[in-house]
Amino acid sequence: MGMTLTEKILARKASKKEVQPGEIVTVEPTWVMSHDNSAAILLKFKKTGVKKVWNPKKIVIILDHTVPAPTAEYANNHKSIREFVKEQGIENFWDINTGICHQVMAEKGYDLPGAVIVGADSHTTTPGAFGAFAAGIGRSEVAAIWATGKIWLRVPESYEIIVNGRMPKGVFAKDLALHIIGNIRASGAVYKAVEFKGETIKNMTIASRMVLTNMSAEMGAKNGIIEADNKTEAYLKDRARKFYEIMHPDEDAEYEKRYEYDASDLVPKIAFPHTVDNVYDIEKAEGIEINQVFLGTCTNGRVEDLEIAAKILKGKKINPNVRMLVFPASWEIWKEADKRGILHILADAGAVIMNPGCGPCLGAHAGVLADGDKCLSTANRNFKGRMGNPNSEIYLGSPATAAVTALKGYISDPREVL
Amino acid sequence: MGRVWRYGDDVNTDVIFPGKYTYKIMSDEEMASHALEDLDPSFAKNVKVGDIIVAGKNWGYGSSREQAVKCLKVAGIKAIIAESFARIYYRNCINLGLPAITLKHDDIEKFDANDEVDVDIENGIIVNRTKNFEIHFPPFEGYVMDIIKAGGIIEYIHRQVSSQ
Ligand code: SF4
Repeated sequence: MGMTLTEKILARKASKKEVQPGEIVTVEPTWVMSHDNSAAILLKFKKTGVKKVWNPKKIVIILDHTVPAPTAEYANNHKSIREFVKEQGIENFWDINTGICHQVMAEKGYDLPGAVIVGADSHTTTPGAFGAFAAGIGRSEVAAIWATGKIWLRVPESYEIIVNGRMPKGVFAKDLALHIIGNIRASGAVYKAVEFKGETIKNMTIASRMVLTNMSAEMGAKNGIIEADNKTEAYLKDRARKFYEIMHPDEDAEYEKRYEYDASDLVPKIAFPHTVDNVYDIEKAEGIEINQVFLGTCTNGRVEDLEIAAKILKGKKINPNVRMLVFPASWEIWKEADKRGILHILADAGAVIMNPGCGPCLGAHAGVLADGDKCLSTANRNFKGRMGNPNSEIYLGSPATAAVTALKGYISDPREVL
Repeated sequence: MGRVWRYGDDVNTDVIFPGKYTYKIMSDEEMASHALEDLDPSFAKNVKVGDIIVAGKNWGYGSSREQAVKCLKVAGIKAIIAESFARIYYRNCINLGLPAITLKHDDIEKFDANDEVDVDIENGIIVNRTKNFEIHFPPFEGYVMDIIKAGGIIEYIHRQVSSQ
């Protein structure tokens, strides 16, 4: 019987000819990633009694969630991580001047086709955009891998999500992701591997593919995955940290379910508060007054996202009732956007340009909402209180929707200005 | 040998271990006394060491709290057999050393409350002595079996460290 892409990767990593859904395999991950939560993980690690991590070369730690530290507690956490990194000789450490973990993993060449990547963050599904198996795991499990180098994984059943058709103007990967999640629902793919296929996906940029795998977590998936191709190789050319091999699903692979979408009749989408699957066509949201627009995060803080916003806002001023916050996903992106004049255009329009990092995404840093505030965000989650205040509302949309909303002061359709 | 506690589909972590106790530090005994409190108040009073739980689909969905596994383990439950488990709950089971066994719907239906059952984890055999039948399941893979035998992943690592 043929194998899906996820099955193939897990089989090879486990040195098996074949694996089947439901089977448990034990593998040594290519990379194990964690972020500011490494402070908690290292305490668990110390409890195991193990003195030295199994392999300091395979541990990646990226500080991004609360950077620079907003309180003494966070500062102390960062400090304990820096000390641990030195003591253990962990080379793959990226301090507060790098970017959001899922973006840094890609930029710094850790996200490789065929790799098995696990991380203590639910959006560790992101590296799937490069044809890797990548999943989020718990903190104790990361501590256990640091100690033993091993993790057991249950081979997930795979779903295939096939998208064909040309995306209309003003409609982006984010709209497609929201559409799919609205359709499959937040628990519709729990534990499954979701493999994205079809010509729309092939035509997408790497940045856009990352939106889909990033948001796979929001339908409950264990991992999201896209077959690597020449675009992947081009991206990895000067980045890949290791030799890699591109793998393909078998022709006769078995998928538990198949979903098919036609991108050509999509419209911009909005996820209403307080769940990501509460998705409607933008029409229903138009006119809702917004206090804050948040452009950034591991979902939509890349150059193409900032660029489309700049295109919409060039030479204009955002509505005076709106605070627009821009958090590029990494310093590499920040610099590129600066070079292209994008940051300048956004600042001229009245946006506040912040430093790369998670920012207000999880409510632990700058940009917290006030009581009654409504925010249009390009993030992946709109749970109640997510941005630090349970008495506020978060609407999710694409960067283009975010920009035109900042301009008008209320949720607006980007197709009118593009 | 143990008796079967029989439950249905979609039993969530809140009824297995109420959320209001999540951040309270408690002893194993106290934790066991709250197990399944909001689903079956008779459970904590009558459960015996070696009993097993047989349930339907999606056992343990909801929060990732480990206490929802721990409270059953310290109450004496030897294994949980279900048609399917919520993803994090399943991981927590293995990592805390409580065998989680998945069986097909038709096989699950063969069990009733209070059936007397033997579970042989190592060889993958469940014997129902009340109804006189045997069901086989694939035994856990090497590393996972080691974790279960050690009583959890932290204990497993401890053993490794102390044997070195
Ligand atoms: S940007 Fe938001 S979703 Fe992404 S890693 Fe940071 S906190 Fe998580």
